[in-house]
Amino acid sequence: MLYREAGDFKTSYAQDNQTFPLKLDRFGYYCILGVAVFVIPFVINDYWVNAVFLPFLIYAIAAIGLNILVGYCGQLSLGTGGFMAVGAYACYKLMTAFPEISILVHVLLAGGITAAVGVVFGLPSLRIKGFYLAVATLAAQFFLVWLFNRVAWFYNYSASGQISAPERAVLGVNITGANVEPWAAYLFCLAFLVASAWIARNLTRGATGRRWMAIRDMDIAAEIIGVNPLRAKLSAFAVSSFFVGIAGALFFAVYLGAVEVGEAFGIQKSFLVLFMVIIGGLGSIFGSFAGAAFMVLLPVFLKNALVGGLGWPTDLATHLEIMIVGALIIIFLIVEPHGFAQLWRITKEKLRLWPFPH
Amino acid sequence: MKLKFAAVALGALLAAGPVLAELVFPDLSYRTGPYAANVIPFSDGYQDYFTLVNERDGGIGGVKARVLECETGYNTEKGVECYEATKGEGALIYQPLSTGITYQVIPKASADGIPVHSMGYGRTSAKNGRVFEWVFNYPANYWDGASIAVNHLLDQNAGDLSGKTIALVYHNSAYGKEPIRTLEELAKKHGFTLSLLPVDHPGQEQKSQWLQIRQQRPDYVLMWGWGVMNQVAIQEAANIRFPMENFIGIWWSGSENDVRPVGARANGYKALNMHAVGADFPVFADMQKYVMDAGKAAGAGDQMGTVLYNRGMYAAMLAVEAAKTAQQIHGTPDITAAMMRDGMETLVIDAAKMGSLGLAGFGPEFAVSCENHGGNGFGTVTQWDAAAGIWTQITDYVQSDQQVIGMLVAEDSAAYAAENGITGRCD
Repeated sequence: MLYREAGDFKTSYAQDNQTFPLKLDRFGYYCILGVAVFVIPFVINDYWVNAVFLPFLIYAIAAIGLNILVGYCGQLSLGTGGFMAVGAYACYKLMTAFPEISILVHVLLAGGITAAVGVVFGLPSLRIKGFYLAVATLAAQFFLVWLFNRVAWFYNYSASGQISAPERAVLGVNITGANVEPWAAYLFCLAFLVASAWIARNLTRGATGRRWMAIRDMDIAAEIIGVNPLRAKLSAFAVSSFFVGIAGALFFAVYLGAVEVGEAFGIQKSFLVLFMVIIGGLGSIFGSFAGAAFMVLLPVFLKNALVGGLGWPTDLATHLEIMIVGALIIIFLIVEPHGFAQLWRITKEKLRLWPFPH
Repeated sequence: MKLKFAAVALGALLAAGPVLAELVFPDLSYRTGPYAANVIPFSDGYQDYFTLVNERDGGIGGVKARVLECETGYNTEKGVECYEATKGEGALIYQPLSTGITYQVIPKASADGIPVHSMGYGRTSAKNGRVFEWVFNYPANYWDGASIAVNHLLDQNAGDLSGKTIALVYHNSAYGKEPIRTLEELAKKHGFTLSLLPVDHPGQEQKSQWLQIRQQRPDYVLMWGWGVMNQVAIQEAANIRFPMENFIGIWWSGSENDVRPVGARANGYKALNMHAVGADFPVFADMQKYVMDAGKAAGAGDQMGTVLYNRGMYAAMLAVEAAKTAQQIHGTPDITAAMMRDGMETLVIDAAKMGSLGLAGFGPEFAVSCENHGGNGFGTVTQWDAAAGIWTQITDYVQSDQQVIGMLVAEDSAAYAAENGITGRCD
């Protein structure tokens, strides 16, 4: 009844091409953004920021990045953890080498460095495809983790091989280090997430995104109609790695504060982000958000419900949590193989027709 | 939209926390995953001692202790969640039981004003109380461990290790890397060659490392392992017939669970320790009576007297004594985290105190001071007797090389102070 385009007239191409063509969608989007910016920062505490919002925001950036590569360009990658490590270590080296420059710049530069590294590891994609490419990116994952463990220059020769984020501020407000207000860390990451999603959305619906999707759907056909596979694939690797690198930098500097590469950026991180993308929905920005939320919030929610709410022993709760999350992943993939994004799409279709489905 | 509902439900659950007069001791354990076999006894011992104090003495200075267990899975992200979740409940002291999580918690806890006690792990240079106001690692740390192991080898070789080769098999993480700097320094001093063999998490795959040991034939092997890595390493050492008495593990690589799977071939394996082994102390009679027989034991209740159970109990005992000291200093039974820190900083563990607790000779004597948060570096060497199925202490409490370690601690803590703009205290 409410949710439909009837009466919502467009009088220009710009209006017709907007991301949210329906008035209600647009309204909902502005509402969520408004709540995220103007309400949440005032009500959150340390727990909410560090256990819920920061991981969600940061994984959402990583999932957007991987979704560009896997979902839009069809290049399967298992190197996400390694690329996040590049972002984190680049950010660490920049933060310690140029303490006077804003952390904002460092995070962006870390993204840029990761993009360059991503392009290098993306070169094999011109020759190998599908699962073979996944294996090649897996090599990147292991090589990068090995590199950051092995070469002491990357962790400034610290005794333990840990990197710790020094205190840095933006406009006089601490963003990294120990004395960070919850709202500051939250808003900093939120700004990056909103910018990432906005850029990703506009890239994927423009000429670049169409080239990526052409390559994904059939690369030979794409080449015949004039898409340069070199530029399309490498640009996808660059843009994807840029976002993943930013996520890695934020993950280290703002969220954890101290990381150790094997533990924080191991192969399980690559799989986690890949699961987010698959469960959320390949080739969908909304899917990246939904997948990240599912994988981050569900374990925290189950832990609080089972241990905090029901008072169960922690080991039983953890085992159960692993089983529940695993079972839900399988159920979702059987019931809706295209992920949350498709569920949301179907819901919207049904809502448009409701209450007269025929 | 689903997210919002989940978030709201989560909030409702979090809001429901009891507020009573009690002393809260979080227990960041991990009873799942590849490291669980070692942490279950530790965590059981930690919780049981608080239960004992509550049941037998009616709490600490009349206030009941409450242990908040939180599962970290040896994972820093879950560690953050646990830290934040327990912080709000009035946590008095954090014992993260993971070097990685300790590194992460140090700046946070210092900013929040909650003491951290990383007993025999964590950041070694936290021994320097001038720089690390909120962090304690008494009675001994990794560098002490490395030095005690080398001292033990010196004893066996009439004080001369020149020309010998010592291999270090270590968990390739902050934990395993900690002793390297000390061992390098000691190698220079005593003229032995150090060879480094990292093992990646979780440590189930060590074939290549032990093949290397078989080829290089080092005289001694030291190990910094944890969880499943210990069992695998001891098994591999047995497979290549490496002489077990030349294989020494750090105190985290010397529990019953590490040697039992290897059976008789693990006989003679050595491990360091910072406290006594076995259940031959009067406190265990009380533990049996008030905790085990009353059905209040944590976990399965079958770990009493094992090495890591004793260690968990020891950690809890030190926390309880620090809390008592804090109560005396501030004259109130209801202490805060800041008062707890004062109690830890003036903690004295002497023979009389240990005797009165039914733990005579259980650990080394030490006194914490503003400058020294790490004890005096005493440890002991234990050896596994596979036939009897027990660990036996084969040396007295021996002290580490304080000269080398003092220098390294000063150097590393000065670097931390410079990085974080900390000016020394205690003057």
